[in-house]
Formats: sequence, structure tokens, C-alpha cells
Amino acid sequence: MVMQLTPKASLHLPRLAELVRVESLAQREKVFELKLKDGEELGHKPGQFVEVSLFGIGEAPISISSSPTKKGSFELAIRATGNVTNALHRLDKGATVGIRGPFGNGFPLDEFRGKDVLVVAGGLGLFPLRSLINYIRDNRADFGRLTVLFGCRAPAERLFCDELCKWQDCKDTEFLETVDVGDDSWTGSVGVITTLFLKIDIEPSNTYAVAVGPPIMYRFVIAECVKKGIPEDQIILSLERRMKCGVGKCGHCQINNVYVCQEGPVFTYAELKQLKEAV
Amino acid sequence: MINFVDTLIEKKAAEEIVGVKASDSKYIFGKLANAGELCLNYDVTLLPPKKYFLPQRETVFKFKLGDKPSLEPVAEAKSIILIGVHPYDIKAIELCDAVFTTINPDPNYLLKRDKATIIGTDCLSPNPKAFCASLDTATTESGFDLMLTDIGDSYVVAIGTAKGDKLLKKYAKTREATQSELAGRDGQRKKALGEYKVSLNMSPEEIPGLLEVSWGSPVFKEKSEPCLSCGSCVMVCPTCVCFDVQDDVAFTLDKGERYRQWDGCMLVDFAKVATGENFRDDKEKRFRHRMYRKGKYLQERYGKLGCVGCGRCALACLAQIASPAETFNLLKAS
Repeated sequence: MVMQLTPKASLHLPRLAELVRVESLAQREKVFELKLKDGEELGHKPGQFVEVSLFGIGEAPISISSSPTKKGSFELAIRATGNVTNALHRLDKGATVGIRGPFGNGFPLDEFRGKDVLVVAGGLGLFPLRSLINYIRDNRADFGRLTVLFGCRAPAERLFCDELCKWQDCKDTEFLETVDVGDDSWTGSVGVITTLFLKIDIEPSNTYAVAVGPPIMYRFVIAECVKKGIPEDQIILSLERRMKCGVGKCGHCQINNVYVCQEGPVFTYAELKQLKEAV
Repeated sequence: MINFVDTLIEKKAAEEIVGVKASDSKYIFGKLANAGELCLNYDVTLLPPKKYFLPQRETVFKFKLGDKPSLEPVAEAKSIILIGVHPYDIKAIELCDAVFTTINPDPNYLLKRDKATIIGTDCLSPNPKAFCASLDTATTESGFDLMLTDIGDSYVVAIGTAKGDKLLKKYAKTREATQSELAGRDGQRKKALGEYKVSLNMSPEEIPGLLEVSWGSPVFKEKSEPCLSCGSCVMVCPTCVCFDVQDDVAFTLDKGERYRQWDGCMLVDFAKVATGENFRDDKEKRFRHRMYRKGKYLQERYGKLGCVGCGRCALACLAQIASPAETFNLLKAS
């Protein structure tokens, strides 16, 4: 928890940012590259989020999809779902939005250093995990083996396809993917993401598993990780909640006595077992 | 007392002099036009004085739309003297202070809070749902600038801060209280403690531990069955601090404002996200969450219990289920 001695006007006041690139990823998903107009770096950690403002529409919490190793700008990958994200999808390059944050704890990078990392991304869970994957790849010597599992519903829902191919072809990353339901063009694996666990060989005590995906995925992925022998405090998950203020005040993201925007959104399975309303 | 309050108003001791006033058969905190409006012998106000620090609706910033949008932060506060705040409400303000001024201090709250002077008064005729005597919130030794106790023909004043002392010296005629007057104050307080109709069957220190082992209790389902999810309990609560944030655009579409307004965990959509998932989707979960917030979560986070026993929630609840005292007692008995 960060203690601040003097109040900052910026607590509720966004910084202005410009959309410098907008690119379509899939039917309902786009990636937005942003630059803060004050010229500063966002200064985030993989796994943190920002509050994106569209003035007149509102504010929504969005995970940061680019690695902090990428300087000068940052990326948010977003599915058009609610008021803010649908309005954002209608904007073009050059538009101005508001940014507060980064907020939240992010992935425990210091603990990952020197260890093997198993990344499990279900659908949109790839968005925050892409930040981590690219961070590890940019600091490759600091980490052990990197294994990435990605699953989505159908080939048409694959995201960041160019990067997926790059990870696949790279010797220092083991990349496996699957789709729930294939189509005529698909020659890869078919089945839910847990089927990929049969194909990997890990050293459980030296491995951190990091999973992000829909809540239903967590139950099954946790079970697979436990079956593999990964200790509970080395199974890392990120939770979705209604993080309205981002600064631990408004109450919307509260799970028991925890504010997801402050102590989360990243938790270990060991921690989540103590939170009765978590998963 | 009338002279003191009239002098405060006449000499404009603050931009706004606020006190407890009668409103039909109830009481409210409102701006005083003259000392005659002030009712110090009241049971409870409809809304707590929290509204002066965390207003029902408050602009956080204004924005201009167009090619080059711009923002202008808004944090406004008038100097204010609040007269007649009961000890339980003072305890509640102390909790709000912990929430808004410790971790990530809130500029809007702090500005308003800093410009407020609190003149408390002991509650001598508690409302039928209050249980302050069981929570050690019937009296307070801190959180006020001045504290008044009605001893019949005069008031005993306790000075809490230098600011209070200065105000008293400047605007009131006072003298040192005699031993018998001080004894009179103790007598009044002791008598008031006997007036509470509701009590807890445990000490306040026991509540977090009781909740620790009560998660699966059938009490939450039984009690929450008649809940209308109307949110009345959280809207009148002096320690409820949750808010929503919304944007409002002007008719001309070229400008607008972002504001925050009271929100509450008993309302259906409170924990709902854009995908439609609602993380507390039934009234049992919401009811339990509120009880845990009052009896455990805030205590763990800020070291202060989240309930001061004012009884407002129980008075406001149409389904007659809102009193934390009832639920805590049921949990203890089961």
C-alpha cells in the first residue's frame, strides 16, 4: 500500500492522452496505443490497470497490455462491452482520452526472477498477460523457462496473431495454443485450455503459474496447476471487479476486507482461498 | 446558548452556521437563520452530518469537450460550524476521516473537513433503535472542537481543540464550571445510558471474532429474505462512504462535469461489471456484506468499528431487518 502524506488533486483528475494508433484485433476487440500529453511515461508494471475516461461518457478500468519495456507510449487492448468501451471503439487516431493510474499491485515480478514462468491465458486474459510475456522476453536473462498457453473459443477469436506466431517460432519461449471449437482452416489443437497441460513438462517447485481468463476457467486451471504440484502461493491469478475509483474509496471492487484496486487485482491462489467471495 | 449561537450567526463566525432543526416530526442538519431554529434536545437526524464532507452529489472536475478537451479540478468548501452533533456521529466522522485522509487522501473531503468546526452535544434522549451504549459511542472524548451537555438551566462545555477554545472565548460568555455542574453533566450522561432500548449481547470487541465464524450462518438468509434492496439503510448511515462516479454533459454538448454521488452495497447493481457479471447477485450476499463491513472489514482496515449504533438504518428500513444489533445478537445466540 502506498502512503501519501499530502492529497493530490490528481486522485480523481485524469491526465490527458492521445490515441496514436488504433488497430482491430478481432470482431469486438481493438488495440489502442496512447501517449500521455504531458510527455511522461505511464510507469506501470505488468498486471496493473488504468482508469480510462471518455469525458461525457464515463470511466472504466482497463488492464495495460504493453510491456513497460516499450517506452514512449502504452497499449490498451479492449473489447467493446460497456458504455465507455463501446464509445472508445468509435474513436479514431488523434482523439483525446483521460487516463488515471496505473493502479493495483501488478504481477510479483521480483518473485518470478530466476524462476520458470507458466503463463495461462484464456481469451481476453491475454491482454494483461501480453504485458508480462513481452516484459519477460525483453529481460530474458532474468527469468527461467517461459511457457505460454493460450486458449480461445474459435480461430476467429485469436488475438495479437502476429505476436502469437512470433512466440511460437522463438526458441526461448514455449508457446502452445488451442481453440474450443475449430473450423476448416484450423489445423492446431482443439479443446479447452486445460488439455494443453498434458503437453507440458514443468518443474513445479521452480515454477510460477500466472493465469488470467474468465472466472470459470480459474476453477479448472487451478486444479491442473495443483495436480502438476505447483505450490498454492506460486499460482497467480488476476481478478475482474468493478474498480470505479481505483484508489480504495468507492467500495465497488471490495471482496471481503480486500479492495481489488489496492491489494489486487493480482492474488495468489493461497490468498484467494481465504477470500470467500473471490472466485 | 441562544446568545452564543445568535452571535455566531450575526458576526458571521463562519460562512455557514449549521445546526439541528425540526422538520415536521423529524430532525435534520440545516443552515440556521437564527438560534431559535436550533434543537439541541433531539433524538437523531434523518441524515448524518457526513453530508457536509461527502455530499450526496459533488462535482469532482469540469471538462470542455471538442478538439482540444480540457479539465478543471473542482474542490469547493465553505467554512462551516456544525452545532449539535451527537457523539455517535462524531465517532462516525472519525471513521470517515480514517477512510478519506489516511491512505490516498481525498482532496475534496479534506478541504471540506479542514474548514469545519464541530460543536457536539450529548445525546440525552436516544431514539428507540439506537444502541450506542453497547458500542461505547454514547459519549466521546475526541473528534469535537466543543462538546455541550445540557444540565437543565445551563450547558457544560468541554473544549476539545484550540479552535474550539478560540471560538468560545470570542463569541460566548462562559465561566469555569463548578464541581456540582460537572457532577450534573455526569449524571445526565449516566441517565441517558439507561434510556437505550436496544442493546448488544456482547462487547464491541467481540463482534469481528463473531463474524469470523459466522460466514455460513443461516441467519443471513433468514434476515435478508424480506429485503427490498432499496438501499435506505446505507443512504442514512453515518459510516457508509461508498460512492459512484458519473459524467454529466451540458445540453450544448460542449462541456460537462464528472461528479460522485452516494452509492451503496445493498443496491442490486453495486458489484456488477460491464460484462453483466454481478459479484454480489443476491440479497443474502449483499446483506451479509453490509453486516461484515459494519462489524469486521472496516475494523480490520482502519481500526474502528463500522457501526456507531445510531439506529438510523433500523428506523429507515421498511422491511425492519437493517439493525446490525439484531443480526449480531442472533448470530451470537445461534
